[in-house]
Amino acid sequence: MPVYQSEQQQIWRRRTPRARLLGALGWLLGLALVVLCWQLITAQTNWGFVRDAPTQARDLFGRMIPPRWEYAPSLVRPLWDTINIATLGTLFATLLALPLIFLAARNTTPHPALRALAVLLIVTSRSVHSLIWALFIVYLVGPGVFAGVVAISLRSVGFVAKLLYEAVEETDAKQIEAIRATGASGLQVLLYGVVPQVMPTFAGVAAFRWDINIREATFLGLVGAGGIGLQLNSAINSLQWSRAGVIFVAIFLLVLFSEWVSARVRQAVT
Amino acid sequence: MSGTTPEQTRKTWSPRPLIARRWLRWLALFAVIGYLALALITVPVDGARILRGFERSGRLFGEFLQPDFTSRWRDIRIGILESLTMTVVSTAVGVLLALPTSLGAARTLAATPVYLLCRGYITVVRTFPEIIIGIVFVVMMGFGPFAGFLTLTLATTGFIAKLMAEEIESVDGRQLEAIRATGASWAQVVLYAVVPQVMPRFIGLSVYRLDINFRESTILGIVGAGGIGATLNTAMARYDFSSAGAILIIIIGIVLVLEYGSSYLRKRLQ
Repeated sequence: MPVYQSEQQQIWRRRTPRARLLGALGWLLGLALVVLCWQLITAQTNWGFVRDAPTQARDLFGRMIPPRWEYAPSLVRPLWDTINIATLGTLFATLLALPLIFLAARNTTPHPALRALAVLLIVTSRSVHSLIWALFIVYLVGPGVFAGVVAISLRSVGFVAKLLYEAVEETDAKQIEAIRATGASGLQVLLYGVVPQVMPTFAGVAAFRWDINIREATFLGLVGAGGIGLQLNSAINSLQWSRAGVIFVAIFLLVLFSEWVSARVRQAVT
Repeated sequence: MSGTTPEQTRKTWSPRPLIARRWLRWLALFAVIGYLALALITVPVDGARILRGFERSGRLFGEFLQPDFTSRWRDIRIGILESLTMTVVSTAVGVLLALPTSLGAARTLAATPVYLLCRGYITVVRTFPEIIIGIVFVVMMGFGPFAGFLTLTLATTGFIAKLMAEEIESVDGRQLEAIRATGASWAQVVLYAVVPQVMPRFIGLSVYRLDINFRESTILGIVGAGGIGATLNTAMARYDFSSAGAILIIIIGIVLVLEYGSSYLRKRLQ
């Protein structure tokens, strides 16, 4: 922090003139980028529709209210499917993640080349949105709940594996050495030296991912991968907004519930 | 070993169980197994269809491994550009709007009615997945990136406001008191006591949200809200997997650049 001597008094400044100039330049560049992007968006927008939006919104919510509650009982099965997609998807993802974690953590990997392969798989899984995974899986195995389970698993593997291999890398080396000193085999070292240390993280990550997966399972039906999104899609395509309203309420309650459960589980394990 | 009694030699060690009470342990085990059995039974699995899927996967991966960037390059370029512009503008606007919302949602700073209003807004916005909000906006505003921009902006405000409100609530109270003791107004307390404490976290979250917004912008096109998702969806519908592969590679590349960029920035800030 520079201090300047001017006439009789000292003047304190937070930044040097050079830093201030660079900061201002950065802000200017950022602003220019946003304005440029905004122009690209407006060029692609039909403003007539946007001006019409308040009318459309009034119309839309007007038709949603009152919701057709008698439609609610037929949502029980889709909700059950949604929860299953998330739960089974999380379960299979954690199972698939186990070998990847072991291969990707620097302190347990058998070979750097295997580590690179595992990290590549993790990165691919994580970078592709679950809806895109669902697009591919629906093409491969056909529409339905099964496709949803597979899509959710493929998306979650990378997430679970990344957080856990980082946890494995941060394990206390002394405990592992102590187990090894007793003459334990490689598997025993893993089981008694590494696993107990990462178990709380493991449970926490699984609960966290389950919560995210419930949220994602609600819209996989948009591309045919099962769950309540299927009903939402058909309600919207046939413009039955009073049904869509009920579905929105159901999704809202389901997600709040899953958030609560996940928070309780994470509180319990940490 | 003649000195040891039989009782001592039979002692074996076993790891501490996760749930201490025995009946609860068994109940939990049975509940989990029962649920999983029920869930697995209700997932319809069409074996023949899945087998055909394995044949199809050969073609899918074969064409993915020969990505075709050129023949649909015009559509891909427009899609990616739309995704990126939506990401930049919605992050900028969302972050700006999140500032007042996060102050309002902090119990320590806001009056109760304001607090409840802001918390309610955050809960509703955060509970619904982006793509479902996107559907509603597309119905109201018409197709195109404007609907996607609004969706991502809304989601950004909810995300940042919630995490920032928690951060603001946990700032050091002594600094607040010190500034208040000088006779500072509410605005001055926020500016000189709260802002300096939460600024690093705020910048970190904004950068992180930029990363998330790009990921979300890749799927919004599937429901017509602009971005690369529309191009990808069309490519898949036409069974044009080499173009789909090219799009996927571009998405993974941009996600990686954003992710490593954002984690590097966040590390430097903390």
